[in-house]
Amino acid sequence: MADKIEKKVREPLFHVSKRSTLPWYKAWGIRIIAVLLALIVCGVITVMLTNINPIEVYASMVKGAFGTSRRVWNLLQGIAMLLCISLAVTPAFKMRFWNIGAEGQVLIGGLASAACMILFGDKIPNVLLIAMMCVCSVLAGAIWAVIPAVFKAKWGTNETLFTLMMNYVGMQLVGFFMIYWEVPKGAGKIGIINQSSHAGWLPKIGEYDYLLNIIVVLILTLVLYIYLKYSKHGYEISVVGESENTARYIGINVKKVIIRTMLISGAICGIAGFLLVAGTDHTITKTTAGGRGFTAIMVSWLAKFNPLYMVFTSFLLVFFEKGAGEISTVYRLDKSFSDIITAIILFFIIGSEFFINYKITFRHAKKEVK
Amino acid sequence: MSFNIIITLFQRAILQGIPLLYGSTGEILTEKSGNLNLGIPGIMYVGGISGVIGAFLYEESLVNKADANAFLAIIIPLLCSVIGSALCGLIYSFLTVTLRANQNVTGLALTTFGVGFGNFFGASLVKLTGSAVPSVALSTTSNFFRTTLPFADKLGVIGDIFFSYGFMTYLAIGIALVCAYVIKKTRVGLHLRAVGENPATADAAGISVNKYKYLATVIGSVIAGFGGLFYVMDYANGVWSNEGFGDRGWLAIALVIFSLWKPNLAIVGSILFGGLYIVYLFIPGLSMSTQELFKMLPYVVTIVVLIITSARKKRENQPPQSLGLSYFREER
Repeated sequence: MADKIEKKVREPLFHVSKRSTLPWYKAWGIRIIAVLLALIVCGVITVMLTNINPIEVYASMVKGAFGTSRRVWNLLQGIAMLLCISLAVTPAFKMRFWNIGAEGQVLIGGLASAACMILFGDKIPNVLLIAMMCVCSVLAGAIWAVIPAVFKAKWGTNETLFTLMMNYVGMQLVGFFMIYWEVPKGAGKIGIINQSSHAGWLPKIGEYDYLLNIIVVLILTLVLYIYLKYSKHGYEISVVGESENTARYIGINVKKVIIRTMLISGAICGIAGFLLVAGTDHTITKTTAGGRGFTAIMVSWLAKFNPLYMVFTSFLLVFFEKGAGEISTVYRLDKSFSDIITAIILFFIIGSEFFINYKITFRHAKKEVK
Repeated sequence: MSFNIIITLFQRAILQGIPLLYGSTGEILTEKSGNLNLGIPGIMYVGGISGVIGAFLYEESLVNKADANAFLAIIIPLLCSVIGSALCGLIYSFLTVTLRANQNVTGLALTTFGVGFGNFFGASLVKLTGSAVPSVALSTTSNFFRTTLPFADKLGVIGDIFFSYGFMTYLAIGIALVCAYVIKKTRVGLHLRAVGENPATADAAGISVNKYKYLATVIGSVIAGFGGLFYVMDYANGVWSNEGFGDRGWLAIALVIFSLWKPNLAIVGSILFGGLYIVYLFIPGLSMSTQELFKMLPYVVTIVVLIITSARKKRENQPPQSLGLSYFREER
């Protein structure tokens, strides 16, 4: 009888258990393998769809990203903007507050800058105007972000869904002002603001258009790294993220931390909006943020919420975006080809985290131990 | 006169609402299992373009478009749409359930993928047909999707309001009702809700958590994918144009909140949202800029509902408790 039961209880083929932390080189090894596998899969798909030699395709990707000095600057600018928004969402994520409303917060920040440029351009000194734009953007972004935070703190309103909806409210608000301030009448868009006077445009440093943006973002990266790692606030954020009950037990005011962190998150989004309007586009449209608010979530998550790693992960994503964009122009594919490639690479990286966090033990391996 | 306008508004609201109804019914089913699938907007694109590819291949295979077979013209796009969206659902479930990846990140990546997939193949089909306008028109197949009941015209106003739509409209309502019944009244639904509320407890009660999560997500994706198919084949008369579907996928997710995770409420909600989406066309004397403000309405209404339900804390109106979290048996 006992024999029969023993036969029925079969051990599963493999067993999954949580790993203790892997050394960093192994973790990054797994991630690099994932990226390589993803590139192979993307290569196969490219060949299937287009009959082009994949090595040629990757070569033109590299060329698209680094080909000329202009392209390198564009790449750096793209990285800086994506990085800036990723920095913005990070403090909130560390607190397990899923702010997916960065898109809207950036847009509202940009809208505030554009409004200042339109209303006060040429009327006040340029330095004052830029300072005013910066302050307004930061405030606007912070307000947009703090609304969901207040409700989360007070009633536990689901922040993922709330911030998601706020994106579209912000987008339509921009749509409203795009027509309200349209130039010329009937165009349905604002066009380049202060094109002749350059009032409110961020100054160039030397020859380079985007250098100031890049420097600002780099400083921000360092500041945020220090803030999260070494300040008391940063510590409170990580405790709230790990366990709200623990936080309450050791006397952290959870509501205050949620609201304060979202204020910071929104303020940095506001800065991103300011840099995009004043330092890059000199106009505002519904696509000024261009989906970066969503991509930033992946950048931040892939980097394990570490601002320094984010430099690398945002490079990776912008590189694939620009590179795949180049493929689509060279081989006359639709530009959405880059979205497919980026998404496949993301799937692989997302999946690879499993092998970093968990260990798989196979059945026969266990028997040998016996 | 004004009565006619109201009837037209109602009809247009239903046509706008049906894609949202498909999307949100699918998402409700998925969220009930605890998976917050933010890939729904992408999946709806995939469902749409897969159906378009199927219809395109079918129309190409015909020598004479007049002798298209009604059954084949409907079943081929439907099956293609099912396959496309189910594969997306499988990618999502494999990553979040088996590999326990973060649901928000996976969902957003899936949306990037789906929208890219839709636009890429849309553009490729346009290139294949060599047409001058950037869209693919599949009027032959679309006509079958848009066929209404033969006696609808003779019923006057009632016919206009209730019987003037293609079969997928009624299918959407049927699916929503069936989902509502299954979730609320059956054992399977009870198990599904248990998995979404507290997977550890469900696991202890002998319910296979992974099986329920996989099935709910894949079936939910297929239902959502029909929304994309309906949009192209019925609403847009079989014309696929890139980005045409717009932000309706996110609106579908908003509708989930609005209808408090109840598919039967989603039916009413979808018509209301459809109406809110286009009401600016029916209010005379709006300037272009004010129209933009009116397009905010569905989202603002959703936010208000979200706040009210969270403030009132009525148990039955809350999101599933483990929504957005992966489950690992050994981690408690």
